Amino acid sequence: MAHDPLDDFIAAAARALDLPVEDAWKGAVKANLQATLAHAKLVAEFELPDDAEPAPVFRA
Amino acid sequence: MAAPDTSWSPAGDIARAVSGGETSAAAVIETALKRISTRDKALNSFTAVTAERARARAQQIDAHIAKGQKAGPLAGVPFAVKNLFDVSGLATLAGSKINRAHAPAKNDSPLIERLEAAGAVLVGALNMGEYAYDFTGENVHDGPSRNPHDTSRMTGGSSGGSGSAVAGGLVPLALGSDTNGSIRVPSSLCGVFGLKPTYGRLPRNGTFPFVASLDHLGPFARNVHDVALAYDAMQGYDGEDAACVERAPDSVAPQIARSADGLRIAVAGGYFRKGAFPEAIEAVERLAKALNIKREIEIPEAARARAAAYVITATEGAALHLERLRTQARDFDPAVRDRLIAGAMIPSIAVVQAQKFRRWYRARVLELFKDVDAIIAPSTPCTAPSLGQQTFMLDGVELPVRPNLGLYTQPISFIGLPVAAVPVPLKPLPIGVQIIAAPWREDVALRIAFALEKTGAVAAPRPAE
Repeated sequence: MAHDPLDDFIAAAARALDLPVEDAWKGAVKANLQATLAHAKLVAEFELPDDAEPAPVFRA
Repeated sequence: MAAPDTSWSPAGDIARAVSGGETSAAAVIETALKRISTRDKALNSFTAVTAERARARAQQIDAHIAKGQKAGPLAGVPFAVKNLFDVSGLATLAGSKINRAHAPAKNDSPLIERLEAAGAVLVGALNMGEYAYDFTGENVHDGPSRNPHDTSRMTGGSSGGSGSAVAGGLVPLALGSDTNGSIRVPSSLCGVFGLKPTYGRLPRNGTFPFVASLDHLGPFARNVHDVALAYDAMQGYDGEDAACVERAPDSVAPQIARSADGLRIAVAGGYFRKGAFPEAIEAVERLAKALNIKREIEIPEAARARAAAYVITATEGAALHLERLRTQARDFDPAVRDRLIAGAMIPSIAVVQAQKFRRWYRARVLELFKDVDAIIAPSTPCTAPSLGQQTFMLDGVELPVRPNLGLYTQPISFIGLPVAAVPVPLKPLPIGVQIIAAPWREDVALRIAFALEKTGAVAAPRPAE
């Protein structure tokens, strides 16, 4: 089976964030990550102007 | 005094009968407690019953009335709350095992206080999906809440116990929360009315959060008037919730009987038809016919809005629970844990892009409301799936049920629009439709809901037992 860099990313992110990811959970974590990244990609593909403001605006 | 069977009575009727001395709050509460002790064995909608407190409160109400004092528009009405609301003396579970170790809440949440100030009587806390990250109503710790129309089916979630308790005739009124659809999905699958008010309308302090920038609270009931009574009793600013907007209450109960004639209503097309099962299409068509709606509009970029809500939810949810994931990962529901762990790994740029898109999308959708007063769309793509069902087919693609029951609700709550969720009594199972209005126009959504209720096009069907 071809090596999937997303597996490396999950392992590295889990270490960096100090998150325990047991072997039995890895498949489900990966499936959820893939789904969320696919949603993020759909959002990122939408062109917005450089001056677009995020929805929550901090007010002092 | 004889205790009439009030298990299917509207809250408004109960309050009138209690205030008028036809029955007592104590009798109503005893009926509700008995009903819960018998019927909830099958429904599993309650996780705690506050019987002692409810009896004491009912006696206070009856004493007020005996002295000739007004007891409020919800006098003697039993209600229950999703177990993410603080209830004095109970740990606020939020559907989790982890929170069972928390100290009991010292105070009730403000919305409970407001309902009780209007005469309602809290009878307990309700089952929910763990930490509200759920559209199914299943809970690995407490067992699933069950759909009163078919107990082998889902209630929808995450406010599953709220939908089940109201639809099953255990209480006429319940509270839930809705981050991405958690009031509207169980309203749909259980066949009851729900209201997700405008973001910032009702204060959320005293509840366990999920996604601060998306969380809403609201009521469930079996008719529109009861929804309006509860909503009116709960309105009002509270500075303890940073998102609560300082805005004068707008009482809707006196307004719902105004005709919906003249309101410009359109059906949402495009995204809101794609993937819908025939029953969802039929429900919307029935309401379009009842309201004589000829117009269809497209909510722009709804799929992307749903995607952005999905990203924000995963990441904000993960941020909330990060320390618990580090130290108590095995105590989570695995389905919730694995989604949250994945959410913690999403690059921050994705969240900023989602929040930028959110503002763009809000502006475009608000433009639509210059031409229409309300938009109707399905609440869920299908009627209640079976408990344990993992996947369903949406538009020819097999997808997991858990995140996708909220397909049509997420793009709406993403920008905080008010929605009246109304049940269409299809056979054998009901299904809901969203009546979506412009921000702060709950009155418009509920006027349309009331007009539909009068025609019989929407109604909470009484389950066979």
